[in-house]
Amino acid sequence: MKLTSVLAAGTAAVLAVGLAACGSGGDGGDGGASGASGDVTMTMLPKNLGNPYFEASTAGAQEAAGELGATVEEVGPDTASPDSQVPFINTAAQQGVSALIVSANDPTAIGDALDEAKSAGTKVVTFDSDTEPQFRDLFVNQASAEGIADKQLELISDQIGGEGEIAILSASANATNQNAWIKLMEEKLASDYPDITLVETAYGDDDDQTSFDKTAALLQSHPDLKGIVSPTTVGIAAAARYVSTSEYKGKVAVTGLGTPNQMREYVEDGTVEAFALWNPNDLGYLATEAAAALVAGDITGAEGDTFEAGRLGEYTVGADGVVVLGEPFVFDKSNIDDFDF
Amino acid sequence: MRTHARPWWQRALLTREMLTVLILVAAWVVASATVQGFDGPLTITYLVLDVAPVLLIALPMTLIIATGEIDLSVASVVGLSSVTFGLLHQAGADLWLALPASVLLGAVCGALNGALVAYGGLPSLAVTIGSLALYRGLAVGLLGTTAVTDFPENWTDGATEKLGESPWPAITLGLVLLIAVFAVLLHATPFGRNVLDIGRSSEAARFSGVDVKRTLLILFVLSGAVSALAGVYYTLRYGSARGDNATGLELQVVAAVLLGGVSIFGGRGAMHGVVAGVLLIGVLGSALRLEGVTVNVINIVIGTALVVSVVAPRIAGGLRVRRRSSAGHGS
Repeated sequence: MKLTSVLAAGTAAVLAVGLAACGSGGDGGDGGASGASGDVTMTMLPKNLGNPYFEASTAGAQEAAGELGATVEEVGPDTASPDSQVPFINTAAQQGVSALIVSANDPTAIGDALDEAKSAGTKVVTFDSDTEPQFRDLFVNQASAEGIADKQLELISDQIGGEGEIAILSASANATNQNAWIKLMEEKLASDYPDITLVETAYGDDDDQTSFDKTAALLQSHPDLKGIVSPTTVGIAAAARYVSTSEYKGKVAVTGLGTPNQMREYVEDGTVEAFALWNPNDLGYLATEAAAALVAGDITGAEGDTFEAGRLGEYTVGADGVVVLGEPFVFDKSNIDDFDF
Repeated sequence: MRTHARPWWQRALLTREMLTVLILVAAWVVASATVQGFDGPLTITYLVLDVAPVLLIALPMTLIIATGEIDLSVASVVGLSSVTFGLLHQAGADLWLALPASVLLGAVCGALNGALVAYGGLPSLAVTIGSLALYRGLAVGLLGTTAVTDFPENWTDGATEKLGESPWPAITLGLVLLIAVFAVLLHATPFGRNVLDIGRSSEAARFSGVDVKRTLLILFVLSGAVSALAGVYYTLRYGSARGDNATGLELQVVAAVLLGGVSIFGGRGAMHGVVAGVLLIGVLGSALRLEGVTVNVINIVIGTALVVSVVAPRIAGGLRVRRRSSAGHGS
């Protein structure tokens, strides 16, 4: 029995020391968190850690913070489940950070926690993925639906020489985003690109194999097809993979929305000339600048507010507290190696 | 008698459960003194809200593990109950009807587990790994990747409401009540004695007249029902009914129960240890997050605490036996 009590004391001591050690270790990094009240401290909360896309956005946030003299600490869960961000939001509220920059895993599940943080005086900026508008001060949107639709048409038109048949390879038939973009593209095609005909919209269900098969089917049933636009990262990669090993390589253009890591080999082997997405680095940079403007009181998140966002220039807050990063970013042979996500 | 060689208060204090309580107190004191922001009132609020589902499910889990069995399907029952609650609300049912209906469904899920284990004679580990997949599959299948979120505000606010001006959430009262019920059930009723007897030796318990099968069935039904209740709480707290809610929660529950001193082999366990185990994991997570420690390091700390808590009594037991045999009589 004596041994049990020795063990008890021992374990308690080990745990206590461990905790204290972590404590002093952490102090070095975030000692300023609530130390000096004048300091601007921000917490960056991506959907999950270890995701190259968010590593890029956090790098952008660090860059902006460096220029602003603020500190940004990145925290986050290891899985992107709906509730996993709540403890980290709670922690930010307890620390009383100046601003919380979050990419929401769920539009409502983190709402209460964000409300609490806001009532504790923390400014809340969402980026990449929004919550319902009442839970945050600002949403930094990567691109507008119009911007995404326009950019894809611009790319395909350039790549097929402004005329001919094209097809769209979408995600699922009821994917909200894709359907909105496709509708805008159809309108724009009719008004601005009279020589381009959209012959079919196929649905690959955001499944690699289905998208691959649908690409094959599109090419077989439309022998005069000159280009495929796929406004989904799964679709464009599958379409590029099919075309890269087929007789259509170099003859049928593939473009749309993709990520550099998925598309790199097809850009290098010439299957894909250029594709679009946004630059997550800029997105993190802008979100941090916007948060700093909120903290400084330069803006309140009301429509029409303007703020200066460092190297990105001036931005205006739109309806519902949304700030749009800008036109989608075009990736091609010349710049793809600058990105890793 | 050896067991009475010490005064009662020493026997009460020098137990495996009190060790967890002690470490909890130590962790709290150290965190309050060294971790910036830990001593604020928000800590208590968030702690209770965060640990509530784990704490709820840990109560019946304690009894199940004390019999030497396990229920790994609990988090999937949380998901299924969340989806059921959401779908019933979407279909226009009153929430006062949706709540008991969801809990009832959880009890049915538990009954299926219990029947297979108790009357089918199958190992609970295998049965509940199977139903973990089955119930989660149903939950995700029923609602797909969508979520039901339009719950009435007085219900979602109720899940996080505080008691007056205090930092304590109102759900604390319900939790304390349920802890008391399960503590009495385990420690002060013949049923609880049977549970521990089954854990020591299922054979011996049966020969001494314990209805082992019935006891196990009741435990799994309780586990299903309480998990479903946790599912409703989960749904209201986050205002979101989704099929993937609480994925992986079963491991946190089992970890907390073992940290609380319940033997994974069955036969011993006490409710105060388990409550302390649940709170300890919550406090460690809260303090480490405040220090900006990343989530993988938090997992390492809690994992290490768990391994130590399972291994230490074995080593201590082994040493005691060796000392006793070399000395010829008790220490």
